[in-house]
Amino acid sequence: MNWRGVSTIFVYEMKRFFRTLFQSLISPVISTTLYFVVFGSAIGGRITQIDGVSYGAFIVPGMIMLSLLTQSISNASFGIYFPRFSGTIYEYLSAPVSAMEMVMGFVGAAAAKSVLIGLVILATSTLFVSVSIMHPFWMMLFLVLTAVTFSLFGFIIGLWADGFEKLQIIPLLIVTPLTFLGGSFYSIRVLPPFWQQVSYFNPVVYLISGFRWAFYEVSDVSLYVSLGMTCVFMAVCLLAVGWIFRTGYRLKT
Amino acid sequence: MPPIIHVAGLSKTYSSGFSALKNIKLDIGQGEIFALLGPNGAGKTTLISILCGIVTKSSGTALVGGHDIEREFRATRRMIGLVPQELHLSIFEKVWDAVSFSRTLFGLPRNDGQIELILKELSLWDKRNDKIMALSGGMKRRVLIAKALAHEPKVLFLDEPTAGVDVELRKDMWNVVRGLRENGVTIILTTHYIEEAEEMADRVGVINKGELILVEDKKTLMEKLGQKRLSILLDQPLSTLPKKLQGHGLEIADGGKQLQYRYDGRHQKPDIAGLLRGLDAAKIGYHDVATTQSSLEEIFLGLVKQ
Repeated sequence: MNWRGVSTIFVYEMKRFFRTLFQSLISPVISTTLYFVVFGSAIGGRITQIDGVSYGAFIVPGMIMLSLLTQSISNASFGIYFPRFSGTIYEYLSAPVSAMEMVMGFVGAAAAKSVLIGLVILATSTLFVSVSIMHPFWMMLFLVLTAVTFSLFGFIIGLWADGFEKLQIIPLLIVTPLTFLGGSFYSIRVLPPFWQQVSYFNPVVYLISGFRWAFYEVSDVSLYVSLGMTCVFMAVCLLAVGWIFRTGYRLKT
Repeated sequence: MPPIIHVAGLSKTYSSGFSALKNIKLDIGQGEIFALLGPNGAGKTTLISILCGIVTKSSGTALVGGHDIEREFRATRRMIGLVPQELHLSIFEKVWDAVSFSRTLFGLPRNDGQIELILKELSLWDKRNDKIMALSGGMKRRVLIAKALAHEPKVLFLDEPTAGVDVELRKDMWNVVRGLRENGVTIILTTHYIEEAEEMADRVGVINKGELILVEDKKTLMEKLGQKRLSILLDQPLSTLPKKLQGHGLEIADGGKQLQYRYDGRHQKPDIAGLLRGLDAAKIGYHDVATTQSSLEEIFLGLVKQ
């Protein structure tokens, strides 16, 4: 194992984040505030409670997940796309760094950044509502697993994309709709039965449900189903990344 | 001593069907400066990229320091430094950070003294805190060289190192190369500037259309293929060669102002004295005589045309 190589990539990627710390943190904080104003105050005025949790507090886990997913994908996809675009990828490929070590460095940094952002959003929300975290361990576990899984997914997008616009397509067309439809701002049990069934095909439902359970012990699906599904998505992404490195897809000719 | 680079039966066919390398066989000894010459698209960069791990070979064997480049990629890549042809740099970084990044990426512990040494040698020390985007093209090229040297490689690949580089940097670079060679570093360079191969290299390989046409000690190559040319500068222009001089193999050149005689400097003993006596006999006056050895460039063009 070239641990020094892994940590070099990790630190380099994190430095990029801290260089633009203000931009990196200000946008999630502003969007959190907006969500509280729009959803918390406007809708929360009509829906006071869901499953015994005040509406404002109920949407906190969903909101964190929303940012976590989009940030993980954009951080990781940009992180690997940029060296490909600028040509500096040659150095990673010619270094004594294995494919897995490269993934650890890039994906690890992307996931670490989005976990930080998630925690900042959590801290911001406590300014608006009182948030209780009943199972901090499970909360962190879901936070980290989701960040890693979607950073892996972002890494794949960053390898697949051959233009800046392609980096945006999947997050915009697939991930954002899935997150909004995944119960970020509501419990899927309020939906008509047909749409409830459809929702079970949305992977994001499981992530948000498990994460919300860690806060309030209320969930749409059972905790272990959530955990299991999260691991399945991670395994799928890992397999895809493994395939990419075996075939050299978009990295080596 | 076993060769530091051993390549046998190496071929590369890209997915487009383009055959970039065909059955390359090449051994390079430790401490050698080896120049790879060839026109654009000949396969020079592909060969280097395979040895460095950027391109996957289609078939054949490639060993660096006795290690297989795929199975033992950690060992081989640790030994290799690569200066790519294009200025691939992350422009937002500072020079110092970019160079130390390369060292630890290759798994070596941080060593500020070593980085300082490299930066000073490449006249980058004053620029160490500058962002790369603020540097000129030549300075960026220096940063690439510094990055390739940061992990103290045993083998250095320089892919077209002097393309678009000013005289000063070329001089600096060759000084660095000489210094590295004294420390036993093997250097493999590709170049279009044939004078450089002529000046720097110990051995020359000529590659064309994916095939290694020839690998030869530079001196042997020059002697083997080196044509010599004797030019006689005449006082009075000649339109036709006088009868008496025919049979010497002379040619009229430069609009009749010169007579030229070509001969093989090594294998032929030219009868220059006889030739000059012939000129006297024909009452042809001349004011200068010069001989020139054909350069590597001419040899190279002759090979590639075949």
